[in-house]
Amino acid sequence: MSKLIVNNLSCQKGYNLLFENLSFEINSGEVLKVSGANGSGKTSLLRIIAGLSSFESGEIDYDSFNLKSEQYKLDLLYLGHLASLSPELSCLENLKYSSLLGTNSLKNDYSKALKQVGLEKYENDLVGTLSAGQKKRIALSLLFITQSKVWLLDEPFSALDSKAITIIESKIEEHCINGGLCILTTHQECNIKNLKEITL
Amino acid sequence: MAIRNPSSFLNPLMFFVISISLFPIAISPEAETLSRMAPGIIWVITMLSVLLSLNTLFHYDFDNGVLEQMIISHHSLSLILLAKTIAHWILSGLPIIILSPFLGMALFLNSESIIILILTLIIATPCLSLIGSIGASLVVGIKNSGMLLSLLILPLYIPILIFATSAISNAQSNLAIDGQLYFLGFFLVASLIITPFLSALSLKISLE
Repeated sequence: MSKLIVNNLSCQKGYNLLFENLSFEINSGEVLKVSGANGSGKTSLLRIIAGLSSFESGEIDYDSFNLKSEQYKLDLLYLGHLASLSPELSCLENLKYSSLLGTNSLKNDYSKALKQVGLEKYENDLVGTLSAGQKKRIALSLLFITQSKVWLLDEPFSALDSKAITIIESKIEEHCINGGLCILTTHQECNIKNLKEITL
Repeated sequence: MAIRNPSSFLNPLMFFVISISLFPIAISPEAETLSRMAPGIIWVITMLSVLLSLNTLFHYDFDNGVLEQMIISHHSLSLILLAKTIAHWILSGLPIIILSPFLGMALFLNSESIIILILTLIIATPCLSLIGSIGASLVVGIKNSGMLLSLLILPLYIPILIFATSAISNAQSNLAIDGQLYFLGFFLVASLIITPFLSALSLKISLE
C-alpha cells in the first residue's frame, strides 16, 4: 500500500504566488485530477512532485521516501506536456529509449504497447513524420510497459481522439486496480473510478 | 540519430575544412609562412568548430522534453551526460583528428609536427567537448545562446590552446614537448572527473 503525501506546499514563480499551503494525500488505487484555470500552476505542481522543480515551502513524502531517493525515482513515471520523443528515431526506438531511461519497465513488449494505442503499422516510421495525436499516443504507450507505481500525467488527453481517450482512461483504471496511483491534469471530463479532484 | 540528421555534425566539420583551406589563399602560399602559422590556425579553427557544434549537444533533447526524462531517471545524470558528451566528441572531435593530417600537409607542416598535432588533438579535443558540456548545459533553455556560450567557454579553452600550439611549435624547432603534453593530459583527466558532475548540476538548475 503506497501513499503520496503533500503537506503545506507553496510554489512561487517570479513574483507570482501560484499556490499556497496546498495539502492532499493520495493512496494506491486512487486517481487525483488536478484542475484549474490556465496558469494556475497545474504543470508546476506535477513538476514539483516529479522532482524537476523546486518549491518554496512544504513537504512531499512517498512512503516515507523523499523525492530524491532512488526508490521514488524507480517508482515514478512522469509524462510532461512535451512528448519526450526524438523525431530522428522510430516509434519503436523511442519507446525502447524511454523505457531504458526513465521507467521501471521489465516487460519488453514494445510492439504490443504500440498495438494497444493503435500504432502497430507505424512501428518503424520516424516520429518526426507523425501527427501530434500520434506522437501523444506513442508517449502514452509507455503506460502499457511501465512497472512504475506513481504516474504523473500532464494533460494526457490533449490532442487525442475519443477512442484513444477511452483506452487511456481504462488503462489508468487498471493501473489503480493493480495498486498504483495516478495524478493527472486535464480540462476534460474523466470517466475514471475512484477519482478525487482538487482545484488550484 | 546524427546519421538521420547529418547537418548537425557536418556543418561544423565543413566550417573546419573550408576555413583552414582559405588561409593559404588569404595570407600567402609560401611554405615557410604557412608552416609557422599552421599550429595556431588549426587549433583556433578546431576550437571554433567544436564551439559551433556545442549548441546541438543538449538543445534538441531540451526541445523534445527528453532532458526532463534524463533528470528524473533513476540512472545517474552525470553518467548519462558523460555518454552524451563522448558521443558528441565522436561526431565533432574524431572527424577533426582524422582530417587534420591532410590539412596539416596543406599548410606545409612537416611529418613530425603532424604527428604532434594529431597527438595534441587526441588528448585535448575530448577536453573541449567535456568543458563545453558545462556551458551547453548552462545555456540550454536560452534562445540564440551562441554568443553567450562562446563568452562562457572560450576563456576556459585558452590554456588548452596555449599548451597545444606551443607543443607543435616546439616540435617544429626540435625542442622538448613533454611539459606541454603532460599539462594537456592533466586537463583531460581533470575534466573527465569534474565536468560530468558540473554539467549535471547546471542542467538541473537550467531546467528548474
